[in-house]
Amino acid sequence: MFEGFRRADLAEKLVTRIKEKAKKHYKFMEVCGTHTVTMFRYGIRKVLAPNIELLSGPGCPVCVTDQRDIDWVIEFASRNQELVFTFGDMMRVPGSKQTLFSARENGGMVKIAYSPLDAVEFADKNRDETVLFFAVGFETTSPGIAASVKEAKKRGLKNLFVYSAMKLIPPALKVLADDPELALDGLILPGHVSTIIGSKSYEFLARDYKIPCVITGFEPIDVLMAIEALIDQIDKGEPSVEIQYSRVVRPDGNPKAIETLFEVFEPKDSVWRGLGTIEKSGLGLMDEYKEFDAQSKFHLKLPEPKPHKNCICGEVLKAKKKPEDCKLFARACTPDNPVGACMVSVEGTCLAHYRYGRERS
Amino acid sequence: MGIPAKIVEIEPDGMMATVDISGNRRRISIMLLPEAKVGDWVLLHTGFAIQFVDEQTANEQIKLLEELGQKDV
Repeated sequence: MFEGFRRADLAEKLVTRIKEKAKKHYKFMEVCGTHTVTMFRYGIRKVLAPNIELLSGPGCPVCVTDQRDIDWVIEFASRNQELVFTFGDMMRVPGSKQTLFSARENGGMVKIAYSPLDAVEFADKNRDETVLFFAVGFETTSPGIAASVKEAKKRGLKNLFVYSAMKLIPPALKVLADDPELALDGLILPGHVSTIIGSKSYEFLARDYKIPCVITGFEPIDVLMAIEALIDQIDKGEPSVEIQYSRVVRPDGNPKAIETLFEVFEPKDSVWRGLGTIEKSGLGLMDEYKEFDAQSKFHLKLPEPKPHKNCICGEVLKAKKKPEDCKLFARACTPDNPVGACMVSVEGTCLAHYRYGRERS
Repeated sequence: MGIPAKIVEIEPDGMMATVDISGNRRRISIMLLPEAKVGDWVLLHTGFAIQFVDEQTANEQIKLLEELGQKDV
């Protein structure tokens, strides 16, 4: 399905058109790690340089998770010998002392969940065991986690708890739009987050900040179409939020998913690696579902997190620095032995640079 | 990450479904997309159908690109 979006002849035509139109320098940012990978894998960054500069923003949920959250869950898994379920990408993210993977090697009980419903099923079948779900993700993921919590309540589970480090994308985009140093000419908006929240959630960016925006799919033709559409918006002087990824994104998103999400969770302040605390950018359980809140149930005392002193993940996530600017990149920090979160995740900017394009700046 | 999947069966409770992903069968939840029907293409993420995939829109987009290309060349 959708092979058309990988057709080389169409890509060539789009590249020619973009190069004709791009008479000056444009700085665009993508806010989804999967876009970063597409741009590298298909050589889009290289072929459109130097007039089109493509920056990677804080669009990898694993990467933006605060070290304090990771430390908490690792401590829980190690100290209590109780079961932690999490998505596979979180396993190798370094905490202050170790990773969830090494915690498991040291006897901690950590399981990889394909779906949050796996944790519900497990907790249901093993009611005498305490089960913690480490919830990480943006709006693509959080409605499924909300639906799983609802399911746990329906089944009357008393042994399942959720540690929420989930985040909302629009508040982070506002922080980027407010940053005068970034001065973005356009935003390539995340395709799958937008299947849930729709295009309406981003309208403030075009209206208040005059930033052209295009919601984009993940094939090379999608990304090229988005770049052309951004240039067209700039040329016309009419910033808007366009949907290029029209095969799955609707202006209203998925209203049932949004309703489910906010039935169970409510926005709360949240700490992002690199960006710091962003008001109402996280998700905490509503009072009706507080019984599932891991932090209310378990009180762990943890030392202050110790980030690696040479790791510049935070600056990379803000697009202030490139992975190649880091002393550790491709030396002490590699995919086999990652120091920072951005080298761990398949959506991480450092991993994309390592695999597809070692740029020297 | 999200992947397109085709619904091949819906369970009597209307909450779970079986999908086909390039020949592999998987049991998923349609709690977030309750109006999904057998034969629909959906986007699958962490075990949940989160949105419909519209094949016709995709084909039209490609056709438009082909035509635009022809005019320009």
